Amino acid sequence: MDGILVLSNGRNFRGRLRGAKKPTSGEVIFNTAMTGYQEIVTDPSYCGQIITMTYPHIGNYGVNDEDVESRMPFASGMIVKELSGIASNWRAAGSLDHYLAERGVTILEGVDTRALVIALREQGALPGLIVPSQGAQLEALTEQARGLPGMEGRNLAKEVSVTAPYAWEGGQNPGAGQLRVIAYDYGIKYNILRSLAERGVAIEVVPYDFPAEQTLAKNPAGVFLSNGPGDPEPVREAVEIVKELLGKVPIFGICLGHQIMNLALGGKTYKLKFGHHGANHPVVNLATGKIEVTSQNHGFAVVEDDLPKNVKVTHRSLNDDTVEGLESLTHAAFSVQYHPEASPGPHDSGYLFDRFLEMMNSGRKNSA
Amino acid sequence: MPKRTDLKSILVIGSGPIVIGQACEFDYSGTQACRALKEEGYRVVLVNSNPATIMTDPDLADATYIEPITIDVLTEVIAKDRPDALLPTMGGQTALNMALLLHEKGVLDQYGVILIGANIAAIKKAEDRELFRAAMNKLGIKVPVSRVVSSVEEAMQLVKTQGLPAIIRPSFTLGGTGGGVARTEAELQDQVQLALAASPIHQVLVEESVLGWKEYELEVMRDHRDNVVIICTIENFDPMGLHTGDSITVAPAQTLSDREYQHLRDLSIQVIREIGVETGGSNIQFAVNPANGEVIIIEMNPRVSRSSALASKATGFPIAKIAAKLAVGYSLDELPNDITRKTPASFEPSIDYVVTKMPRFTFEKFPMSDPHLTTQMKSVGEVMAVGRVFKESLQKALRSMETGLTGLDAMDYSGLSQEEIDQLIGERLSRPTEDRIRYLADAIRAGWDNERIFAASFIDPWFLDQTRQLVEEEALIAASALETIEEGQLRRWKGLGFSDARMATLLGCGESQVRARRLELGVRPVFKKVDTCAAEFEASTPYFYSSYEQENESERSNTRKALILGSGPNRIGQGIEFDYCCVHASMALRDAGWESIMVNCNPETVSTDYDISDRLYFEPITFEDVMEIVDHERPDGVIVQLGGQTPLKLARQLEEAGVPILGTPYDSIDRSEDRKRFAELVNKLELNQPDNDTASSLQEAQASARRIGYPIIVRPSYVLGGRAMEIVHGEEQLEEFFREAVKASPDHPVLVDKFLSGAIEVDVDVLCDGKQAVVAGLMEHIELAGVHSGDSACSLPPHSLPEDIQQQICAQAVALALELKVVGLMNGQFAVQDGTVYLLEVNPRASRTVPFVSKAMGIPLAKYATRLMLGEPLDALTFNPRPLVPFAVKETVFPFAKFPGADPLLGPEMQSTGEVMGRGATFAEAFLKSQIAASTNGLRADGHVFMGVVDEDKAALVPMARSFRKLGYHLLATPGTRQVLLEAGIAEVTEASLEMGREDSLYKYMVGDSLALVINTTDSRKRRIDPTHLRRLVLTYNVPYCTTLQAALALVNALEAMGPERGFTYEPLRGYDGGAGTKSQRN
Repeated sequence: MDGILVLSNGRNFRGRLRGAKKPTSGEVIFNTAMTGYQEIVTDPSYCGQIITMTYPHIGNYGVNDEDVESRMPFASGMIVKELSGIASNWRAAGSLDHYLAERGVTILEGVDTRALVIALREQGALPGLIVPSQGAQLEALTEQARGLPGMEGRNLAKEVSVTAPYAWEGGQNPGAGQLRVIAYDYGIKYNILRSLAERGVAIEVVPYDFPAEQTLAKNPAGVFLSNGPGDPEPVREAVEIVKELLGKVPIFGICLGHQIMNLALGGKTYKLKFGHHGANHPVVNLATGKIEVTSQNHGFAVVEDDLPKNVKVTHRSLNDDTVEGLESLTHAAFSVQYHPEASPGPHDSGYLFDRFLEMMNSGRKNSA
Repeated sequence: MPKRTDLKSILVIGSGPIVIGQACEFDYSGTQACRALKEEGYRVVLVNSNPATIMTDPDLADATYIEPITIDVLTEVIAKDRPDALLPTMGGQTALNMALLLHEKGVLDQYGVILIGANIAAIKKAEDRELFRAAMNKLGIKVPVSRVVSSVEEAMQLVKTQGLPAIIRPSFTLGGTGGGVARTEAELQDQVQLALAASPIHQVLVEESVLGWKEYELEVMRDHRDNVVIICTIENFDPMGLHTGDSITVAPAQTLSDREYQHLRDLSIQVIREIGVETGGSNIQFAVNPANGEVIIIEMNPRVSRSSALASKATGFPIAKIAAKLAVGYSLDELPNDITRKTPASFEPSIDYVVTKMPRFTFEKFPMSDPHLTTQMKSVGEVMAVGRVFKESLQKALRSMETGLTGLDAMDYSGLSQEEIDQLIGERLSRPTEDRIRYLADAIRAGWDNERIFAASFIDPWFLDQTRQLVEEEALIAASALETIEEGQLRRWKGLGFSDARMATLLGCGESQVRARRLELGVRPVFKKVDTCAAEFEASTPYFYSSYEQENESERSNTRKALILGSGPNRIGQGIEFDYCCVHASMALRDAGWESIMVNCNPETVSTDYDISDRLYFEPITFEDVMEIVDHERPDGVIVQLGGQTPLKLARQLEEAGVPILGTPYDSIDRSEDRKRFAELVNKLELNQPDNDTASSLQEAQASARRIGYPIIVRPSYVLGGRAMEIVHGEEQLEEFFREAVKASPDHPVLVDKFLSGAIEVDVDVLCDGKQAVVAGLMEHIELAGVHSGDSACSLPPHSLPEDIQQQICAQAVALALELKVVGLMNGQFAVQDGTVYLLEVNPRASRTVPFVSKAMGIPLAKYATRLMLGEPLDALTFNPRPLVPFAVKETVFPFAKFPGADPLLGPEMQSTGEVMGRGATFAEAFLKSQIAASTNGLRADGHVFMGVVDEDKAALVPMARSFRKLGYHLLATPGTRQVLLEAGIAEVTEASLEMGREDSLYKYMVGDSLALVINTTDSRKRRIDPTHLRRLVLTYNVPYCTTLQAALALVNALEAMGPERGFTYEPLRGYDGGAGTKSQRN
């Protein structure tokens, strides 16, 4: 079935509907990772977004049960140049097409994705609709796209977060550890949990608005603030909770968790033009001078000029100099904008989990 | 940390002549390195024996030594120029080996030269099998299991546990003679026996085969701060079992999930750290078991390689340039990404297209050698194609090859039954030859399913599915009618990479009809940018590929511009020399204020570097693809005369399409190529041409031969470039030629020419502005007529040709250029027999001698030619009255060692892959240097000289033998030759048998490493010779050899003239203006 993407600026791109083949809408963004489509489409941070994959062949190695990052795909849709007809890999359990069809995610195939990416680069991420092209009224659809809610001001973490706490039992070594961590789920990726569990940490995942006193009552060794979709500012409950936790327990934040920690410390955030979405972003660790090639997925960033006192920038993007890591000089708390858990992406930054462990261990020693 | 200031001067070693496995990718890397180092203000000292390279242009380095790459030369250059550092990673294996040798001999320590880029320990760890294995064990990374065996029984025993197939590798002291894959016990027995027989220590390595595993390469870069990035992943279409250089490869990897890719990335980073490559690029190869993902590491190259050239072109990331800058102390984040200019080089390119590399073979030049592809590389060149999807890039690659393919053309099975066809397909899928992909398409056409194809070939199902889609689309095309094809349908097919020509074949019409219909429907490609970042950032570098997509990114400028058509894949007869010319054309255009636009599809070359031209189109050089660029760019002219036959072949069609051709008009090309018009030209100018005729049958040929008189040269008219050409001495041989070599018909007659026995051949390069012409270089060949001019050594100026003959030739060449209204370059080939000058052929284009002449004479011929094409008169150019050095000699190198069964004899078919240049105060010095440069192990001053020659050469051998004795060599000879020498009073000639097992076997001297030279002439080429034949053994043991008396004579004269001390002088090449290392032009 032929389909069409209509953007709020009036541009449209034609293709064929695949996957769920149903109309969809969202903020259209692009991701430059050449592998890892299954991880990407199941990453809750993409809630409310239609992902344009810049690599033209998607689906080649199929999907499997291991490479999922959450309980379901959260992306609103996917746009690709060519969707593979077969799944070629010894781990493949099925095709991406079928997988997304079953889970209600629409794919638009056959698009000049490069042209679309250039449009997004120049204009910034745009709201858009994917609909069957037959009978599509372009003007009305454009109007409709303009009326779509933007990412700014929306509390999307609330939509993707779990509603009740649960103990993480996936991956190697689940729950075996001495250290217990409370992980706030703003849209958490499983590989963060796997990365912590691998290091012997027992994790309890809690909703985004799980009260601070209840967390503290569990006497955790540390609190983790997860990644998640969209704008941090409207997630006010989370900011308030983190304010209460700061100084009382070691905190590590990733992505949205990093932005929320920054807000809790008194900083500000802003929307980037088209965000960082890819697996090849160079970041420099300012303490060591070493470069990490990182996986990134965020549309908002920390305002460096309004950085609160006693907060230090620890990592910086080499592409556009934006803040990629923060550290509180007064509290045991640090955070990064990018994804040390990778999945997809390079494993250069896994040391940050070790650092969290060290922080928790020394915190325990100090309190002991 | 910024660049090092403790270094002032850096030595760069090139890779020498173009050979299989080490080709012009090292001109690309060396050129980038020299430019990068100079840009940083270092004094660059360069040693490379190959004159056909851009890197040996005088303004690329501060001191350029076009000298043999030997320990002696390097030691002397180091002593003289006193470089602070040596960068050994830009010149392939040759440069790495030299660095090791310089270290072992203490030269580096003696002169305080430090290694940058890779240190001795790292080179050894990567190169030495055992050290590498130990390093990988330490990391817990698996390597293929292998064991040394010394008997067939041992090998049989081994595979009982290790299993078959197994890879047989002769121990490395042998080098060159290639291993094989044994799939059955019988094959194992044969191969081990052969390898043992040839092994001096009677040992063979039997290696666990991972035949059929998926094969991947990662290009890795590291800086001195231990930052590591992966530039590119490459997945082989052809799985393990054939050399990666002979495999179709694709970038990026297609069938690895992120988890598996990141695992390989992690391993690569561990490997580069463990091996200890401190800065620069490395290439790491992995094999992955398709059944369970098990990974083993195959090898690691601690230097830039063929794959890094490919990766650079595939991503837009200039690996060699960045590697050079990392070597002098920069870190990755301190260097900008050239393409975006705003982001740093410390990232990993993301690409939004698919790149396919396809190897180019020339088995037709070695018809008796084994055509199977194995672990020994046999391809002589490659093409790269860029498409938005794999299918498009695959089909673009196929038509870039210039092997007559328009796409997945079917093989010819005429005369075979269905059963035989099936059998043949099965065999070709499992034991590949160069056409495996076409057999694969045929298997699909014959109804094979993917499981069956996979079982035979182990080609990944994803690639099989992609190929299947193309075959299915072909059927749809074939079932359509041109007139009723609609725009959307056509656009879809074009987007899958179907060429107009392929569609024409499928539709049963002419290419021009498809083209007309396509233009009528407005189905035209757009041009997309290669930008390293999948459009995330704006790119400032105009590097394009075509695709049938929606949005075009190539903005046409309004300035004056010219399109340069490149020379496509390297092959025997058309190689780096033409790329050199195209690069010079680009420079000249830019100097003249024109916009230069390069079109080429060869990833190994300098011409396809994105900063050589104002704009680069990485595209097939076919009429269709070129016309799309022409229609888009609307150039003021197209240059067709510098890229060899590739662009010249398009000249007629381009002219007919109304495209302005710069320089020599198309009609002149036709006058020189059309046999009848050529004869008219010769008559008009009252020149001599060898008597000739055409024959449509054996009877006609016999009649012609009787009229002309034997010997004659015969060749089919429908193949170009000396293929299937033979010198025929009598009736019987003529019959054999007709019986075995050709099928003549009135449409395809056989050309018969008088063969000029004993004639001296002369090559002339002429520059002409249409009104005035000047001979830029006149070269006398060493070998006599009968040896292809491209295979012959030659001397500039002539070393023996009388002055008056030279003047006659010059006058004739000038007359030809004026008559042909040449504007630009022309090459003429003449023969001199008994004082008479004959014209053999004339080509109104740059020849393969242009770079050699440029460097011998100190004039940039190709740049001059371009200026003439732009309208400057000849008077505006300046010429050196005499060569830069008194003598320059060009010598060729051959790939015989890589083609088991091929007889290493010279003939009318060109077989050489590369060339070297020897420069000297005398012909002797220049010639001897050229011989040393061309041989693998140099030319020793002691030891044994073996002689075995045919009767007619025996008389001439006598003085030669005396000279060798006087020089202190011991003489060995076959019984017949020995008898003649003894009768002439030369004592102390030891008889040597050509048979292996005997006491007096010549083999003994080879194994004992005392054989200095083999002189062996023979009546006629053997169709196929076995591995123990003398002429194969000289290749195995890298013994210098002469197969013509002329070469032997020149050599002994040179040795005598130079004396045992030799006393060579090594002077850097002077710049084109006569001064050392300054910029070229003056007006």
